[in-house]
Amino acid sequence: MIIKDKAVVSDDWTILRLQENETPESASVPAGKVIVPLRMWQAQRSRLQDRSGLGVWLASNERPEDLKGDLDRFDVIAVDFPRFADGRGYSIAYNLRARLGYTGELRAIGDVLRDQLFYMQRVGFDAFAPRPDKNIYDALKGLTDFSETYQTSFDQKLPLFRRVKRDGAAGPANG
Amino acid sequence: MYKYDVYDQQIVNERVAQYRDQVQRRLSGELTEDEFRPLRLQNGLYMQIHAYMLRIAVPYGLLSSKQMRMFAHIARKYDRGYGHFTTRQNIQFNWIKLEETPDILADLASVEMHGIQTSGNCIRNITSDEFAGVAPDEIVDPRPYAEILRQWSTFHPEFAYLPRKFKIAISGAAEDRAAIAVHDIGLSAIRNAQGEIGFRVLVGGGTARTPIIGSEICDFVPWQHMLTYIESIMRVYNQYGRRDNMYKSRIKILVKALGIEEFRRQVEADWADIKGGPGTLTVEEVKRVAEYFAPPGYEVSAEKDPALDLFKEQNKAFADWMQRNVRPHKMPGYAAVLLSLKKTGVAPGDVTADQMDRIADMADRYSFGELRATHKQNLVLADVKQSDLVSLWKEASAHGLATPNIGLLTDMICCPGADFCTLAFARSIPLAKMISDRFDRADFLHDIGEIELNMSGCVNACGHNHVGHIGIIGVDKKDGGEWYQVSIGGAQGNQAAIGKILGPSFNFQQMPEVIDRILQVYLRERLEEEPFIDTVRRIGVEPFKEWVYATPIEADDSVDKTNYGFMEKPDHYTVQRKSRL
Ligand code: SF4
Repeated sequence: MIIKDKAVVSDDWTILRLQENETPESASVPAGKVIVPLRMWQAQRSRLQDRSGLGVWLASNERPEDLKGDLDRFDVIAVDFPRFADGRGYSIAYNLRARLGYTGELRAIGDVLRDQLFYMQRVGFDAFAPRPDKNIYDALKGLTDFSETYQTSFDQKLPLFRRVKRDGAAGPANG
Repeated sequence: MYKYDVYDQQIVNERVAQYRDQVQRRLSGELTEDEFRPLRLQNGLYMQIHAYMLRIAVPYGLLSSKQMRMFAHIARKYDRGYGHFTTRQNIQFNWIKLEETPDILADLASVEMHGIQTSGNCIRNITSDEFAGVAPDEIVDPRPYAEILRQWSTFHPEFAYLPRKFKIAISGAAEDRAAIAVHDIGLSAIRNAQGEIGFRVLVGGGTARTPIIGSEICDFVPWQHMLTYIESIMRVYNQYGRRDNMYKSRIKILVKALGIEEFRRQVEADWADIKGGPGTLTVEEVKRVAEYFAPPGYEVSAEKDPALDLFKEQNKAFADWMQRNVRPHKMPGYAAVLLSLKKTGVAPGDVTADQMDRIADMADRYSFGELRATHKQNLVLADVKQSDLVSLWKEASAHGLATPNIGLLTDMICCPGADFCTLAFARSIPLAKMISDRFDRADFLHDIGEIELNMSGCVNACGHNHVGHIGIIGVDKKDGGEWYQVSIGGAQGNQAAIGKILGPSFNFQQMPEVIDRILQVYLRERLEEEPFIDTVRRIGVEPFKEWVYATPIEADDSVDKTNYGFMEKPDHYTVQRKSRL
């Protein structure tokens, strides 16, 4: 189960993580819908590119630009949060969406917890795989913690000051 | 000052609700302490030695009398009757119970306050010049921009989990009173030749383990682009700042590793895409926010009061206070007044609940209901009529808030140290007391004149020791003792500099003698009217070093450590008597 488009849905993707004794060149990709590590995609590109049902995931120290030109080959791109305190994934997501123009499913995986979801959806994630030991319905609530935001990000193209008429010192704004 | 509109209030209210739920989940065991820690930290709640400490944001140091009364209420209801103003222009309460924190934050929200982003690896409370809007040397009032930055940085989704904490300071006067050179980003609001407003931007300044003065990344960012330019700096830092070693994770390390040219190139490459985009500030928004900071209703007729000079002649204590604690104001007939939180015997920055109430009363009566907290841990009444100075002085004196020591040796900056902070290697509050006691002679203090003594209990340097004219820092000697390293020649402001370390460290009981010897060299070497820092700059560190280490420094046995133990210390804080020399 994952959260997608603000709802809990079933999920048939497998996330492939290399084991210690595997290399991106040699590891094999099982049948079915698989999200492979970026390094594996780069190493086995010719073998993988014609597969249907392919996704790729980025580690937090990898660069989204490495996928430039290939974005529409994937049904899903995932970004891994090795620890929730590692915030690089937020900028990766923002860059994938805003700079590279990726429009497909963007999924947060790894140490994904309820209290990070609000921020994650703002920078462009639309799918979330909360840590398996957590209640996914509970995590869903994290998407609605706030009903207003000040600054622009991927989800909100206009900052608050361009979006609404705000009160000035002279009193309530009219209109 | 700025007032919340419905949006600001809603965001803060929703934050309280979110946090209340998080605390609930922690108490029920649903969240582990590891998972809860960053959540509470982002609301200002730290675990200290004895209890939780709650740090409340005072945005750019500005607060109303109503907010000050709320602090008094919190001090009484949830704490032990006092609070502590910090070097971040914030206030901390040291004896807080986790279960009560949601209620405290709800109380705070009712007066437009919160603890959002006062700790954690995010953009912290923006700090600014305590004389903003009233200083005669002001070029641009930084407060509207500070408020705009506050809103922009609040819950910025991309920058809530940075490699490390991130501090921004902004000043808009000829003299930098916001220490912008030792911040992750320092903004100096200026006007170009055409009279347009913009910012000189410094990046990568800081103290702690790697004290360094910020580098100029841009000499003029037009005001419209302030937010997008900073966004690009943040994005480069968020992606490339080190996360493998917390001592190398501040932006200063990244800037140093890349070099300022390469760092600038990366920032500008990022900025090229968002410059001029929707994040660009509008004239209307700046105007809207700036209106909140319009000058209050000054009495134009308020002229210099001749009775004032007379009283000054007759009353030495008042004259001292006028000299030390009263600053010029851009409006004729007005003055800015510093309330000293550095009375000898009181921990620097501490204020009792009763004092808070009295301070709020004074603000209402004498200064349009507003106050400012300074990064030197004092308070300011910024808009006082000169004809009110005598009565204000009397009142402030009655409440222990008129010690005429602003800028003098006893006006020390001091972090909480080992009495409260788990990271400390040594105590700082008792050391500050010990130094105050030793030198608490008005004539001597005035003779020494302007000097900044800054003190931190550990390498994190919350007490800004590196930029103190004299800096003291608790160091880890691994022998269980309490050791201090001393530096001189640091400075904040336009001539910001990092102090130079004198030499091997000293123990607790040697410290007053060390300070004494440093002052002896100054008194011996100074030219007429020359302040301490200028003497250090002129003659260098060597003469000080020679004199301080000339003969062994006996531990001062008259210093009974129990007199200075703020509370029972664990064994490993026992003062070592062995001399280092
Ligand atoms: S300098 Fe060290 S001891 Fe002092 S408050 Fe900061 S972390 Fe604590």
